Amino acid sequence: MTIPDRTLLEMFETMMTIRLFEERVTLEYQRGDMPGFVHTYIGAEAVATGVCAHLSDRDLIASTHRGHGHSLAKGCSIAGMLAELYGRETGLCKGRGGSMHIADFEIGMLGANAIVGGSIGLATGGAFAHQVKGTPNVSVSFFGDGGAGQGILYESMNLASIWKLPVIYVCENNGWAESTPASYSQSVEDLSRRADGFGIPGHVVDGADVFAVYEVAAEAIDRARRGDGPSFIEAKIPRISAHYVGDTQKYRNEDDLADARKRDPLERFRSELAAAGLLTGTAVEGTRAAIVDELDRGVAAAKADPWPTADGVTDYVYSGAYGG
Amino acid sequence: MLQAVGEAMFQAMEADETVVVYGEDVVGGAGLGEPYEGAMGGTFGATRGLFRRFGASRVRDTPISEAGLVGIAVGAAASGIRPVVDMMWSSFTPLAFDQIHNQAAKLRYMFGGQANVPLVLRMAIGAGLGAAGQHSDTLYSVYTHLPGIKVVVPTTPYDAKGLLLESIADDDPVLFFEHMRLYNTRQEVPEDPYTVPLGSASVTRTGADVTIVGVSYMAKLALEVADTLASDGIEAEVIDPRSLSPLDTETILGSVCKTSRLVVVDESPPRCSIAADIAAMVSEHAFDALAAPVRRVTSPHSPVPLSPPLENAYIPDAARVESAVRAVLNQ
Repeated sequence: MTIPDRTLLEMFETMMTIRLFEERVTLEYQRGDMPGFVHTYIGAEAVATGVCAHLSDRDLIASTHRGHGHSLAKGCSIAGMLAELYGRETGLCKGRGGSMHIADFEIGMLGANAIVGGSIGLATGGAFAHQVKGTPNVSVSFFGDGGAGQGILYESMNLASIWKLPVIYVCENNGWAESTPASYSQSVEDLSRRADGFGIPGHVVDGADVFAVYEVAAEAIDRARRGDGPSFIEAKIPRISAHYVGDTQKYRNEDDLADARKRDPLERFRSELAAAGLLTGTAVEGTRAAIVDELDRGVAAAKADPWPTADGVTDYVYSGAYGG
Repeated sequence: MLQAVGEAMFQAMEADETVVVYGEDVVGGAGLGEPYEGAMGGTFGATRGLFRRFGASRVRDTPISEAGLVGIAVGAAASGIRPVVDMMWSSFTPLAFDQIHNQAAKLRYMFGGQANVPLVLRMAIGAGLGAAGQHSDTLYSVYTHLPGIKVVVPTTPYDAKGLLLESIADDDPVLFFEHMRLYNTRQEVPEDPYTVPLGSASVTRTGADVTIVGVSYMAKLALEVADTLASDGIEAEVIDPRSLSPLDTETILGSVCKTSRLVVVDESPPRCSIAADIAAMVSEHAFDALAAPVRRVTSPHSPVPLSPPLENAYIPDAARVESAVRAVLNQ
């Protein structure tokens, strides 16, 4: 499959944005003035990027507790995300959600979700809505190897297969569910084999290779748009970042971490684009500087933005006045 | 009442093409080319006729997958359609508890008001069928505890139709509890669509001596007991809250301020229940008006038993309600 040069460069910028966003958030979180928990997407950038490159604002995604990458790839604003991470009224979710609940319904981002596997029912339901309304859109559920342990996945895949829903299940298998290795919690090498049991095509892809992700996502999304039903993609990704910022990973041996770092998807893509003559060192630095500048401005603005006021604690529980 | 529930779904689907109905057995065979006449149309028959009128896209049978059904309803509701899901019995909803509590209830809030979650979960409740521990729960109190969820408990056919039409049009997740011993209740209801607002109690009998709040079937029982007591010269005011979340506290407090006495009747275990909630609310806001401690008539703190003598002991009956009323009247 030939990917247009412009798409390649856009994907590189998206992956670099995710990486720099996560590095910056890690730094700011460690300073101690960002509330809550933060889980970064470092090492997984190629998956969200390669999948979301095929989606419009009317296509839906639902994400995980590790959702910054999906949010950025779907088009959430850096400033809105940062304000949300800092718990400000100006955040994408008005400071009610934070890192694990970033959402932007205007662009089809149905939210990061802190229940492991929480994206699965939501995205399947989004696909159901597309089908009932007769719109030619798709819905993507991102979850991890940990999420593949949840029963909701199998109930949803069964419903999606019998109803031929336009949904794509994207399992980002980084080999670890918090501190439990996938080799312990699954008895098959490839989780995608489980899709066979539902008559759903299962694909395995190197999740550090954005070309491969883009290609397999194209096939699955085209199938869904044609009305032929769901697909399952297992993207094997390196877990370069820890489970959460602050996780010392003492349960993990040095070799495993070193191997993960060798599979860095961003560095791989950069060298591939450089070798193809599409990207110069100057261009990389230019892109980096622009992103860093946006992050600088976003962090400064977020920190200066207003907090929600205490009387807003019950805003948005219901659609209108609750009564009673 | 069953027919009123079915009519509400039919009229909601006629009026709004984004309303869809699905669940186990809601079509019941007809989807596979079986004759319509024999189609099950829901466990009790409430959804009979919907498939024939609205077709296979909007009326769907499902596998037995409660978590999946509700999970999909949440995602679909947040994406612009209005699912009405038949959960069959409230006892089955804990299989979907995460989807109800962590997704349906919280999406709007966590996302700062972006998410609309207009879904309805319909379910039968109540002991009395000999269905034992895993089919007979009421569970409305459990869901009333959850911010973001609305809880509706119709008692009459008129209210069932109006409240269900209101619930389907509501932009929040609504759990709609239908007492299976009320399904055969008969009452003429208007043919045209109409709504009954949530958070608005119905005073089904006025009286100055004592207030009885009864939930679901217990509102019917309270009315029967009130009629008996009237022959003894005791005039009870009977309140059917109709929805527990939101709860019409104003009507209950107003009545207690008038009568000075309150009995709450609830076919649920007593701990952390709607009966406890109403008793606490009245103690907090109308303590000075009370001439006697609030009495609760509830089921015991136990699962629902099978054996008829035990099941009869489980369900609050007229004698227990009457005795509680006499107790608050110091008789």
